[in-house]
Amino acid sequence: MLENAYLIPIYPLLAFVIIIFATRWKEKLSSAISIAAILVAVIHSIFVMIAVIGRHGVPFELSVPFIEHPLISLETGIFIDPLTAVMLLVVTIVSGCVQIYSLGYMHGDPRWSRYFSYLSLFTFSMLGLVVANNFFMIFIFWELVGLTSYLLIGFWFEKDSASDAGKKAFITTRIGDLGFIIGILLLATYAGTLNYQEVFTKVADGAVPVGVLTMIGIFIFCGAVGKSAQFPLHVWLPDAMEGPTPVSALIHAATMVAAGVYLVARSMTLFVGSAEAAMTVAVIGLITSFMAASIALVQNDIKRVLAYSTVSQLGYMIMALGLYGFDVAKDPHSHSVGYFAGTFHLMTHAFFKALLFLGAGSVIHAVHTNDIQEMGGLSKKMKITSLTFFIASLSIAGIFPLSGFWSKDEIVAATLGHPVFMFFTLLIAFITAFYMFRLCFLTFTGKPRNQERFDHAHESPKTMTMPLMFLAFLSVFAGWVGMPWLSHGFSSFVYTGELQHHGPNYIVMLVSTIVAVSGIGLAYTVYFKKKISADVLMEKFKPLYTLLLNKYYFDEIYDKVIIKPLLAFTRMMWWSDANIIDGLVNFVGWFTIKWADAKMLFDKYIIDGAVNGAGTVCMAASWLFKYVQNGSVQFYTLVVITSAVGVIIYKVTPEGFVYYFIGVVVVALARFLMKMNRPEEGNVETEPEG
Amino acid sequence: MDFPVLSYLIFIPLIGAVFLLFLPKDKFGLIRWTSAFFSFVPMVLSFWLTYDYFFNFSQTADFYYMEGPLSWISLLNANYFLGVDGISVPMLFLTGLLSFISIVASFNIAVRVKEYFIFFLLLETGMMGVFCALDFFLFYVFWEVMLVPMYFLIGIWGGPRKEYAAIKFFLYTLFGSIFMLVAILVLYFSSDPHTLNILELIQTAPGFLTHGLQLFCFVFFFIAFAIKVPVWPFHTWLPDAHVQAPTAVSVILAGVLLKMGTYGMLRISWPMLPEATRYFAIPIAILGLIGIIYGALVSMAQTDLKKLVAYSSVSHMGYCMLSLGAFSSVTAITGCMFQMVSHGLITGALFLLVGVLYDRAHTREIAAFGGLGAKLPIYTGLMVLFSMASLGLPGMSGFVSEFMVFIGAFGSGIPHFQLITALAVLGVVLTAGYMLRMVQRMLLGEFNKEKWGGLTEINTRELIIVSPLALLTIAIGFFPAPLSDLMEATITNLVQLMAR
Repeated sequence: MLENAYLIPIYPLLAFVIIIFATRWKEKLSSAISIAAILVAVIHSIFVMIAVIGRHGVPFELSVPFIEHPLISLETGIFIDPLTAVMLLVVTIVSGCVQIYSLGYMHGDPRWSRYFSYLSLFTFSMLGLVVANNFFMIFIFWELVGLTSYLLIGFWFEKDSASDAGKKAFITTRIGDLGFIIGILLLATYAGTLNYQEVFTKVADGAVPVGVLTMIGIFIFCGAVGKSAQFPLHVWLPDAMEGPTPVSALIHAATMVAAGVYLVARSMTLFVGSAEAAMTVAVIGLITSFMAASIALVQNDIKRVLAYSTVSQLGYMIMALGLYGFDVAKDPHSHSVGYFAGTFHLMTHAFFKALLFLGAGSVIHAVHTNDIQEMGGLSKKMKITSLTFFIASLSIAGIFPLSGFWSKDEIVAATLGHPVFMFFTLLIAFITAFYMFRLCFLTFTGKPRNQERFDHAHESPKTMTMPLMFLAFLSVFAGWVGMPWLSHGFSSFVYTGELQHHGPNYIVMLVSTIVAVSGIGLAYTVYFKKKISADVLMEKFKPLYTLLLNKYYFDEIYDKVIIKPLLAFTRMMWWSDANIIDGLVNFVGWFTIKWADAKMLFDKYIIDGAVNGAGTVCMAASWLFKYVQNGSVQFYTLVVITSAVGVIIYKVTPEGFVYYFIGVVVVALARFLMKMNRPEEGNVETEPEG
Repeated sequence: MDFPVLSYLIFIPLIGAVFLLFLPKDKFGLIRWTSAFFSFVPMVLSFWLTYDYFFNFSQTADFYYMEGPLSWISLLNANYFLGVDGISVPMLFLTGLLSFISIVASFNIAVRVKEYFIFFLLLETGMMGVFCALDFFLFYVFWEVMLVPMYFLIGIWGGPRKEYAAIKFFLYTLFGSIFMLVAILVLYFSSDPHTLNILELIQTAPGFLTHGLQLFCFVFFFIAFAIKVPVWPFHTWLPDAHVQAPTAVSVILAGVLLKMGTYGMLRISWPMLPEATRYFAIPIAILGLIGIIYGALVSMAQTDLKKLVAYSSVSHMGYCMLSLGAFSSVTAITGCMFQMVSHGLITGALFLLVGVLYDRAHTREIAAFGGLGAKLPIYTGLMVLFSMASLGLPGMSGFVSEFMVFIGAFGSGIPHFQLITALAVLGVVLTAGYMLRMVQRMLLGEFNKEKWGGLTEINTRELIIVSPLALLTIAIGFFPAPLSDLMEATITNLVQLMAR
C-alpha cells in the first residue's frame, strides 16, 4: 500500500475534476463522488498506517523529477514516515466527517456542487502537503491549500465581509510565505537540494553554517507563522470564520492551520541545528498562545471564541516544538518530549477542535446566530450536539482520561526546565478551561436569552449528528495511543527509531488536572451558578476588557500603520509615474517639437537664407560673366593672343608680366565699363565689331 | 532542410495580407475567415516546429532549419539568413498561437475590417521574422516592419486617445531602434571582414571589441531592447498603448512584442558582449527589482482594469530582467524564458477577458462592477484562474517561472544577488494584493442587478480562444520539464558564451 500511497491525494483530485467538468449539474451525484473519494482515501490511509507501523520507523520515499538543473533538481515525490501516516489519517478522517456533515449543513445551497468540489480540491492539496518529500512540493501544496482556503472563506462571496476575509487570509498568509520562499532559496543555495532527507543529512553533517541555518530556520518558520496564524500574522484566522462552518472546522481548525505545526515538526532538524531559531519558535508560540487565549475570554461570537482557541492551541504546539529544538540543540541527549507533545497535540486537537466547530455549526444551524448572548438552554433541545460539545470541551480543557489530557500533559512536560514557559503554559491551560466552559454554559445551560430563537431551535439531522458522535469518540479515545504507560505508543512511534520511553510524570498530571478543574470550576461559578456576576467582573476590569474585546487592536494598528499608508503610497507612485516619468517622456516629445519649430526658423532665415544667398551670388556672377561670354570671335581671339603674349612675357621676365597683367586688366575694365553704358547691345551683339 | 519552414512561417501571413487586398471589402465574413486561415497555417507550422525541434534537435545548442545565408544586399554583406534554437522555438510557438487567437478574437471588429486584418497579418510576419532572423540587417528590418502595422492598429482601431498612444508607441520604439542601429554599425565596422551575421559576431565580437566599445554597444542595444520590454523607467508608453489598443492588439503587444526585448537581449547583446553583461549584471538586476516592486505598487493604485493588467506586465517583466542579470545561472535564464512564455499566456488571457467584459459593459472601471460572480460564473472562474496564475499560484506556469527566477538569481553567486532577490520576493505579496483586490471589487460582493442585469456570459467563441491559454498555463505548471528540456542545451550554451 505504500508504493501507491501517492494515490491518496489523487482520489479527491479526481473527485474535483469530475465534479467541475462532468457532474456539476447533478448535485447529489457531485457530493456522493466527493464523499466516496474521501472514504477511499481514509481506507487507503489506514492501510498506509499499518504498513508504516510494520516498517518500524524506516521512512518510505518515492519520487520522479519535476525539473532538473545543474543548480537545483526539483522533484515530485512522496515521503512517508510515521508523522506523515498520522497526518494522513487525521486529514482524511476529519475531511470525511466534515463532508458528510456538510450534506446536512449546506442543504439547499445553490452552489452545492461547487462547494463539494472545493472541499475535494482542498483535501487533495492538504494531503499533497502532507505526503510531499521535499520543500518545493510542500510549498506548492502550501499555496494550494491557501487558494482553497481563499475560495471557501469567500464561498458566500455576496457578503462583503466574506470576500474581505478571504482576501485578508490569502494576503496575510502570503506575507508569511515570503519568508518561506526566502528560506527555501537559502536551503537550495546552501544545501544544494530541497529533498527532506538530503537536506537533513547535510544539516546534521554540519554542511550548512550555523548562522545560515538560523536564518533558514527563522525564514521557514515565517511560513508557519502565516499559515498557523501565529503572532503577528494571526489576524486573518478569526475573520476566516466568515466561511461556512464545516469549512472552518476542516480548514481553519483541524488541518490547514496545523500545516505550520507540521512544517516545523518536519523541519525539526533545522531547529535542532540552531538554538536561536528554536527559541524564536518557542517564544512566538508562547506569545500567540497567551494572547489568543486571553482574547477568547471575552468574545461573544461562538465561532470566534473557537477561532481564538485554535490560534492559542496552535501556539501551544509551536511552543512545544520550539522548546524541543532548543533543548536538543543545547544538549543532544536531552529527554525533551516537546516534539512528541507538539505532534501528538496536533492530532488530538484536530479531532476535538473539529468537533467543537461542527457542534457550533449545529447550534448556528438551529438558532441562526453566532452570538452566544442570544443562546442559552439549548441542551434541552439539542441533546447530541450539547453532549458531544461538552465532551470536546472537557477534552480541550485536559480532563482525564480524554484525548486532550494526554497531549496537554506532554506539552506541560515539555516546558520542564523552562519555568517562565511552564508558568504561562499552565496559566493558558487555566484560561482555556475557563473560556471553553463559559462558552458551554452560556450556550447550552441556563434560561434561553432569546426565546424566539430558542423556540425555533431543533436538533440537527443525522448527517450532522453522526459525524459529531464519531468525532466525540475520537476526542475521547484517540489520545489513548499516547498514554505514557504504553511503551510502544504514539511517542515512540513518532520518534521513528529513537524509541525513547517516557515514563509518566505524575506531578505534571496532577498539577495540570488541578489547573483545568479550577478553570472549569470558575466558569461554573460565574456562568452556571452565577455566584459571581460576569457584568461586575467586566466593570471591574473595564480597560482590560475593552482591550481584549478589541483583540489588542491589531486590525486597527495594521490598517493605520500598513494598509492605509501602503495604499496612499501606491497612489503617490502612480501619480509620479504619470506625471514625473511619463511627464519626462512627454516633455521630451514637447521639447522636440519646440526644437523643431526653432529649427524651422533657423531653416527659414539661415539655411534657406544661405541657399537663397548662394542663388543671389550666382545670379550676380552670371550677370557679370555674361559679358565675357559674348560669342564674339574677335574677342576670344583677343583673349587667346593676350594670354599667349602673357605666357611668353612671363617666361622671359616675370616682373614684366606683372606690368603687362595690370595693363590688360585696366584695358579690359575700361572696355567693360564702356559696354555697361550700352547694355542692350551686350549679348545680342552679332556684328563682328571690336 | 528540404522544406523551408521558417520562410513559410514568416511569409504565409504576408501572402495572406496580399490576398486580402483582392477581396471585396464589405464581405466581412470572408475576410475574417481568410485571415483566420492565414494565421492558422503558421500556427500549425509553429506547433509542428516545436514538436519536431523538441524530439529531434533539442539535445544540442546548434541552430536548425537554417536557411541561407543567401546574399541579399551584397554591398553591405547583408544576407537572408534564418535559423532557430531553443530560445526562439518557444517564442515562435507563442507567436503562432497568440496571433491566431488574436485574429479570432478580432472577429468583432466592425470598421475598416479589411485593413485591420491586413495590418494584423503584416504584424505577424514581422514578429515571426524577428524570432528567426540571424542576420542583423534582416533582424533590424523585421524589427521595424512590426512597428508600422502596430502604429495603425492602435491609431485607427484604438480608444479615445488612440492617436496619442500610437504616436507615443511608434516614436518611443523608433527612438530605441536608432540606438540599436548605431550599435549594429559599430559591430559591422569593427569586424573584419565586415559582417552582419549574428552567429559569426557572437563568436568573434568579444575578440575584436575593446572593453569600452563593448560597454558602448551593450548600452545602446540595451536602450533599444529595454524600451520594448519595457524596463523601468522606459515603461510609460506601455499603459497608454495597452489602454488605447483594441483587445487583440493588447494581447499581441503583451504576449509577443514585449518578449522581443528580452529575446533580443538573450539572442544578441548578452552572448555577443559577455564582458559588458558581467559588468552591468547588478544594475540590470536592480532595474528588474525596481520594475517588479514599482509595477506592482502602481498596479495597486489603478482604477482601470486594463491599466492594472498593463502595469502588472511591467512588474512581471521585471522578473525577466532580474534573471537576465543573473547571467551565470542556467536556472535563472531558464526561468526568464519560462516567464516570457508564461507571461505571454497569462497576460494574453487577462487582456482577452478584459476585452470580453469591455465589449459588454463598455467600461473598464473596476469600481463600476461588483458581484459579477453571481451573474457570470464561467467568466468569473476564468478571471480568478488567470488572476491566480498571474500572482504565481503553484500548479500554473507563473509559479514555475518565478520560482526558477528566484532560485537561479539567488544562487547565481554574483555579489548582492541574494539581497536583491530576497527583496524581489516582496513582489509576490504585492501581486497577490492587487490581483485579489481587483477580483474582490469586481467579481465578489453584492451584485448590482439593475445596472448589470443585462450582462451576458462569455460566449463560445471567446471561451474557445481563452481555453488553450488556460490549458497551457496549467500544463506548464504541472509539467514544466518538457519546456525546460527543450531549452536546456541552448541556454547552457548561452551561459557558457556569457562566461567568456
